[in-house]
Amino acid sequence: MIEIDVRKELLGSMGKMELDVTLSIEGKSFVALSGESGSGKTTLLRILAGLESARGKIRVDDELWLDGTHCLPPQQRGIGFVFQDYALFPNMSVLENLLFVRKDKDLAKQLLELTELSELTSRKPATLSGGQKQRVSLCRAMMNRPTLLLMDEPLSALDPLMRTKLQHEILTLHKNFGTTTIMVSHDPSEIYRLSSRVVVLSQGKVIQDGDAKSVLLRTQGSQKFSFEGELLDIVKVDVIYIAIIAIGQQIVEVVLDESEANDLHVGDSVSIGTKAFAPMIQGLKDK
Amino acid sequence: MLEKLMALEFTPFLISFKLASITTAILFIVSLLLAWHLSQSKSRFKPIFESITALPIVLPPSVLGFYILYALSFHSPIGRFFQDVLGIKLVFNFSGLVVASCFYSLPFMVQPLQSGFESLPKNMLEASYIAGKSKLRTLFCVAMPNIKPSLMTAIVITFAHTVGEFGVVLMVGGSIPNQTKTASVAVYELVEIMDYTSAHIYSGIMVFISFLVLLLVYIFNRQQNHHLGGLS
Repeated sequence: MIEIDVRKELLGSMGKMELDVTLSIEGKSFVALSGESGSGKTTLLRILAGLESARGKIRVDDELWLDGTHCLPPQQRGIGFVFQDYALFPNMSVLENLLFVRKDKDLAKQLLELTELSELTSRKPATLSGGQKQRVSLCRAMMNRPTLLLMDEPLSALDPLMRTKLQHEILTLHKNFGTTTIMVSHDPSEIYRLSSRVVVLSQGKVIQDGDAKSVLLRTQGSQKFSFEGELLDIVKVDVIYIAIIAIGQQIVEVVLDESEANDLHVGDSVSIGTKAFAPMIQGLKDK
Repeated sequence: MLEKLMALEFTPFLISFKLASITTAILFIVSLLLAWHLSQSKSRFKPIFESITALPIVLPPSVLGFYILYALSFHSPIGRFFQDVLGIKLVFNFSGLVVASCFYSLPFMVQPLQSGFESLPKNMLEASYIAGKSKLRTLFCVAMPNIKPSLMTAIVITFAHTVGEFGVVLMVGGSIPNQTKTASVAVYELVEIMDYTSAHIYSGIMVFISFLVLLLVYIFNRQQNHHLGGLS
């Protein structure tokens, strides 16, 4: 059980703001931390790691990590941390990176086998690919059998295929070790696949907190589909208007009437939903 | 010319290299901790310490020499302490030269080390703290092995700079043959007595050795960069 009640003044993207988070996290759970950039996610993670100071209280099981302004140093917290840019030690081989944390060859071997890195144990980090580096970093974070595993956008620098593979490995490790995990992520599919709970931050405050499905599903009422996108252009064709909207990596056209066209402006964030029809799902042959 | 070469006194070179080796060894240990501390410090007073460390670069050697001479002499409490309590006289002898050189060459050791430490990714050091390692352990196991080019540069530049020092050595050491007369002082005295042939030989040797040392540093750093391919 982890109880967090922290406050810290931050300089965010919109000037000064106060990070003020109260959370209680069950042991062995997997929590995803989401929200716009500059909302304080990384800072919260760094406060939990003891890398940044804050006021308030952090209690992990029976240990007090933060009490008022007294702060337990990161060395004594027994955590694992996975950085977005891997942060491996370039002077050490893959195995040495793991053994530096703790001289436990059996655990290192087990972790490297789970992540299919057994062949690369004597390689230096500079010779590995991004996905391999992040797997080493993940194994290294697990080496001291942490009570809490913190991951700061661990997969955001990787391509989609490698991301899916690593999501499976993170899940495998989580199941094998049962480590309480907090992961910062922006990717809804990643959050859905991995986490049991999603906490969304905005301007330093928790604005949503629930299971992945209730937080991530954007449909309301009788809506069947709902997507969020950016309005790129409105084109007038005879008497109707056509809006061109970017949704993720795709561009779609939607027909508008005149009043809708007058209300919307190019560059707006829009939500597109449909109601009351039975969608047909077909497999895509060319994929 | 050949006769001169055969009759040449090589002791000044030996004194120069002995002085430079001892100074470099002392400064390496002191500066390693100082540079590490400066690189990690967020203190408001950091610029003050950085300025004090860099002073010997901008001060005229005569000014620095004068202050060191005064501080080590019997007229100052420091000098008196060394002489009365420890029985060591620190002016016009080799020990005094070592102390003076340590002040004179300090920035040449501290600055490359500090910029080396500062170039390390912050996350990498934090990963070591999170792994439970102390600051000192992180310094020796993570920081130092990843700034080898900076270590090499700091050591060699400090060594070369100490060999090349003149003003401070002359003031604090006083050019006593076989004790404090270094190669650079010897050249000055040879020119003064218009023995240009010997001056040429001494100077030529200094140029050759200095060039060789610098060449080795640059070759080493080039190879290191090839091997590491930058920090990952």
